[in-house]
Amino acid sequence: MAGIDGSMAHLSDSLFTTAIAVYAVAMVGYTAEYAFGRKGRIARTVPVAARERELVGAGAGPVIAPAAPPSGPPAAPPRRPLAERIGRWSLGITVVGLLLHATSIVVRATAVDAVPWSNMYEFASVAGLVGVLAFVVLLWKAPAIRHLGGFILLPVILLMFLAGTVWYSRATPLVPALQSYWLAIHVTLVSIAEGALMTSAVMTMLYLVKYRYDRRPEGAGRLAVLAARLPSAATLDKAAYRVVAFAFPLYTVAIIAGAIWAEAAWGRYWGWDPKETWAFIVWVIYAGYLHARATAGWKGRMAAWVNLTGFTAIIFNFIVVNVVISGLHSYAGLS
Amino acid sequence: MTVPMRRVLLRPFRVVWRRLTSMRTALILLFLLAVAAVPGSILPQRPLNADKTNAYIAQHGTWGRLLDHLGLYDVFGSVWFAAIYLLLAVSLVGCLIPRIRLHARASVRKPLPAPRNLDRLPESGTFETAATPEQYATAARAALGRRWRVVQRAEPGGAITLSAEKGYSRETGNLLFHVALLAGLVLIAIGQLYKYEGNRIVVQGPDQGFCNTVSQYDTWTPGRLAAEGKVTPAPFCIDALTSFVANYTAGGEPTEFTAKVRYRPTLGAPARDATIRVNEPLRLEGDRVYLISHGFAPRVTVTMPDGTVQHDVQAFVPSDASTLLSEGAFKEQGRPGANQDVGIAGLFAPTPQDTGNGVITSVSPQVNDPVLAIIVYVGNLNFNGLPQSVYSLDTSKMTEVGRANMTVGQTKSFGDGVKVTFGGWVPWVSLQVSHDPTQGWLLVAVVAMVAGLVASLGIRRRRLWLRVRDDLGSGGPTVVEVGGLARSDTGNFSTEFAGLLRRLQDAAGTVRHDAVVGGVPAGKE
Repeated sequence: MAGIDGSMAHLSDSLFTTAIAVYAVAMVGYTAEYAFGRKGRIARTVPVAARERELVGAGAGPVIAPAAPPSGPPAAPPRRPLAERIGRWSLGITVVGLLLHATSIVVRATAVDAVPWSNMYEFASVAGLVGVLAFVVLLWKAPAIRHLGGFILLPVILLMFLAGTVWYSRATPLVPALQSYWLAIHVTLVSIAEGALMTSAVMTMLYLVKYRYDRRPEGAGRLAVLAARLPSAATLDKAAYRVVAFAFPLYTVAIIAGAIWAEAAWGRYWGWDPKETWAFIVWVIYAGYLHARATAGWKGRMAAWVNLTGFTAIIFNFIVVNVVISGLHSYAGLS
Repeated sequence: MTVPMRRVLLRPFRVVWRRLTSMRTALILLFLLAVAAVPGSILPQRPLNADKTNAYIAQHGTWGRLLDHLGLYDVFGSVWFAAIYLLLAVSLVGCLIPRIRLHARASVRKPLPAPRNLDRLPESGTFETAATPEQYATAARAALGRRWRVVQRAEPGGAITLSAEKGYSRETGNLLFHVALLAGLVLIAIGQLYKYEGNRIVVQGPDQGFCNTVSQYDTWTPGRLAAEGKVTPAPFCIDALTSFVANYTAGGEPTEFTAKVRYRPTLGAPARDATIRVNEPLRLEGDRVYLISHGFAPRVTVTMPDGTVQHDVQAFVPSDASTLLSEGAFKEQGRPGANQDVGIAGLFAPTPQDTGNGVITSVSPQVNDPVLAIIVYVGNLNFNGLPQSVYSLDTSKMTEVGRANMTVGQTKSFGDGVKVTFGGWVPWVSLQVSHDPTQGWLLVAVVAMVAGLVASLGIRRRRLWLRVRDDLGSGGPTVVEVGGLARSDTGNFSTEFAGLLRRLQDAAGTVRHDAVVGGVPAGKE
């Protein structure tokens, strides 16, 4: 095994921290656009169907990171409103953050000479990257939902902040159990699936806010201002579903890849290790979500809560199982 | 009116069956399954760690024992967990059988005739074409392509209708997923019955190997039928550990474990060499051999009280996983009844550090001037026919004759004429032999599950109708009405339908072009 390149690892850390700061600036921008943008602008700009189609892509293609700004209307003399200009700037800033973030991961990979997602810090970094990437890819096709960027960036920033402070671990070479190409397959699939499911959970939360607002617009209080500018409840619900429909098979394949790896590393494909148990629980809950959406009396709000329960289980599996419960998957890198 | 007796008697069962196979029940069972799995990750589990479980029960008194009675220390082997997944499986079967029947019927049935008013469907559109209805119908069928199942009908009024349907594989995929899931459960159950796992420590060097028979394992955990002898273990032998390499970073983190073994795939076969690493088991027919852990086996030469000399190598068990500080014992039997057995309790420190007053600990798993700390006893080893741990001594009938910390090559003398030489050390590895006859088939089942899942979530069921009629002989152009219905996963059907409508309109364009070339009947232009 090659050693660790200390200066590269240090550079990766600096890039990571800078990326968080850049994302934070972008988030403030999106929030400003959301708060001061024209009400109902979105509903007029893009037909519902087109929006949905784009939302389907939310997790679908986290492969490319187009640096191109969204193709807005041709630069015509009437100056864009301030909120919109802020939004466009925010997107540019997001892309800069994304490039810094991606470079941080690539540099770390060079430093450890392996795929850099073998502990909690590295996994959180990659999952966050997938989340932002999914949003930018989505925006590339549906610029009209740009003002929702803050809702995606907030959990990503939170995740990265925790990764950089609480879960941080130095770059180290892989222990023998992790020296397998299944590390790249299994963990990549898990991070894509979980990154996508995070997007779905955000959509679901927005759906619940919008749903409540639709039922009692006058009683929604301070939230009303925010809820009024959200896409329709049906659109958010469908978007959340499409993302799960994409992520669930991926999560299934991720678990299977994990089982194949466990068979080679630990002598059995399944052993109810705490991490395996929670992967099973998460899988069952999202299976329940897919069924709930097809069952009378469970559609809509009930299904939405099932979705959020599933994401809570993912967070539990990531944080509590890694930090508190010991098991074979103890790669948190915390000691 | 009297109801037949049989129906009255069966009614409760019918009601229960209908309840059980309803989606609502299945959903509740699914959530119960998720909830029931939670304690399995939070409480210590006996199959994973029996010592930890027993310690937990002892620590929690009555509560600990109560949880034990409820089976909470073996959740995944408990009756209530089995009850949930068996009910779920039954519910699934009950739900699948009628669906398979329905789907088989639907797969051969022709698409339904067009409804009277296509413009009342969720999506509809109308356009005109210069082609005759027959010409256009042919062109539209070509435009729809092979993914649509199309039936052409003639209506009494002279209009032609096309009924098109696609996305049958959505239900096929859904059924495949669920059937494969059930098959997977059955395969797991069969595997559990017929599997076995054996562990054996192999010290490097000759005459330390083993063959794949129950009696030669240190621990043996069989499935039920394997325990009853219904499984014949494959007759292979691991004859020797020829070498073992462990590499570490400067900080003591492991980077490589490699074991080289000599083995025979069958008893009569010539010996071969193989390398076993953490992610690379030795795969034999039906069995896999894994490298599970490793440690050190110190070598000593003992001069007994009567002057005879004995050589011994014993595997020491690590008491600290990160520094591999290991404990063990040497048991040298003297003449029976002479009360002159020699027992040595030892501590092996690969990278020793003196913690003061002669107590040795280890600071790294790497071997660097190792020290063997021993306490020597003389007396009766108390071999009374009962099994004894090889890692510890029963000193109840022995007296200590001295203690020492020794480096490799040192010889020390103790009381009663006992002399001990620390000759060095060899590595040992713990090998696990696993047998599971169904895991290959299970992989096939889960691949089918994924294929079914992708089809079931990705393919969309759509219905489309076209009514093509020339305008009642008024000399006007042919009118095409199109209506569409999304039967599943509405998604973006509006956009999808708009695209279809465009394609069908384009088809009308090609017809017109052909028609002009071929000559259009008078009155049509």
